[in-house]
Amino acid sequence: MNGDVLLRYAPALLGGFGVTIACWAAGSALGLAIGFAVALGAGAPSRALKGLLRVYVEILRGTPFLMQLFILYAGGPSIGLKLSATAAGVVGLGLYSSAYFSEIFRAGFAAVPRGLIEAAMSVGMAPGDILARVRLPIALVAAAPPIVNTLIVMSKETVVLSIITVPELMYQMQTMAAETFTAFDAIFAMAVFYWCLVEVVSRLGRRVEDRATAFLASRP
Amino acid sequence: MRFSVLFHSFGYLTQAAGVTLALSLAGIALGFVLGTLVCVARLSGRRWLERLGGAYVSVFRGVPLLVLLLFLYYFLATLGLDVPALVAAIGGLRLSSGAYQAEILRGALNAVPRGQGEAATALGYAAFDRWRLILLPQALRISIPPMINEFILLIKASSLVSVVGIAELTRVSMNIAAMTYRPLEAYVAGGLFYLAINLSLAGLGGLAERRAGIGAR
Repeated sequence: MNGDVLLRYAPALLGGFGVTIACWAAGSALGLAIGFAVALGAGAPSRALKGLLRVYVEILRGTPFLMQLFILYAGGPSIGLKLSATAAGVVGLGLYSSAYFSEIFRAGFAAVPRGLIEAAMSVGMAPGDILARVRLPIALVAAAPPIVNTLIVMSKETVVLSIITVPELMYQMQTMAAETFTAFDAIFAMAVFYWCLVEVVSRLGRRVEDRATAFLASRP
Repeated sequence: MRFSVLFHSFGYLTQAAGVTLALSLAGIALGFVLGTLVCVARLSGRRWLERLGGAYVSVFRGVPLLVLLLFLYYFLATLGLDVPALVAAIGGLRLSSGAYQAEILRGALNAVPRGQGEAATALGYAAFDRWRLILLPQALRISIPPMINEFILLIKASSLVSVVGIAELTRVSMNIAAMTYRPLEAYVAGGLFYLAINLSLAGLGGLAERRAGIGAR
């Protein structure tokens, strides 16, 4: 490994790391929000809406993330949608992950026992309250592990953003590699770095999961 | 959108879709062999083999495929081996898919009732035959749905192979976008090809599940 090269490029790499984390957080937040809305919509009685949302999910899950980024970033301007690389990256990550999150929320809502909702209705709770205080808490317990899992998958997907020139870590590392002819070192460092990141995130995720579902474990 | 400009590119796209399918097929088949070995190692009962298998899964599920592909591409070059990009591409897909398939198989093996393995031992089956005749056939049946899922994920992941210069669906779409100055149409067309492949795979998967008598309930 070439220590002084890494040191010289440290500011750029740290900046790239910041962009990676920011894109990940913003993209996932967007994805969770859209995914939640899609899952709610899929539970609506309208069949047309259901069908439409099904198509949305199937398209986003059936095509590669890279292709979606290209459509958004390179194809967008043809229909007047001009996004910067980073904005396209965040929106792309949000749309892509929303398909997965919506399926997770849908499964979570399906896991809520019908009787609980009926009980809540019979004691006169408003639909909004039933959602926020009965359906959501229970759905989240079922959804926590797959959500954490999808968050980890998305942290790895941020690497793909480098292909549409989002200045995240991978992009900075490739710039360094090209400028200093240290391709091997750079890629090796990236591999180790992402492995550590995923390990840390999955450990943290497991802990969050345990805490979120602690009340289940303590039951007699 | 004017898809008429893509009329002449249709042949290239179909050809490229074939390359994507072939790459993914090679990746999943080679990954299956690897995954089975890793899974058997993880359940072997020998401490160091279990550790080794665990480390393999952790590393190759943890490192993003794009990083892995570039690593293989440059690593082999640094060693002075002039390996074609195709080897790096299939190698990357195989290593990554192997880790996921090992986990799928492990999950499926855990779902096989314990009594099955115990009965085989009680009947005096050798360890190899117990795996070959009793455990793996049942686990494979259980693992059909997640395997189909993995195949679909691999088809999508194979789009990253475009960065090492293989003329598969994504790369060809990029070339068409550059040739026609019509990126939107080119990428939407490429995306539709992926969608067609994956939806037919999902359909075939449903068929296979019904044939194997699972998920029918």
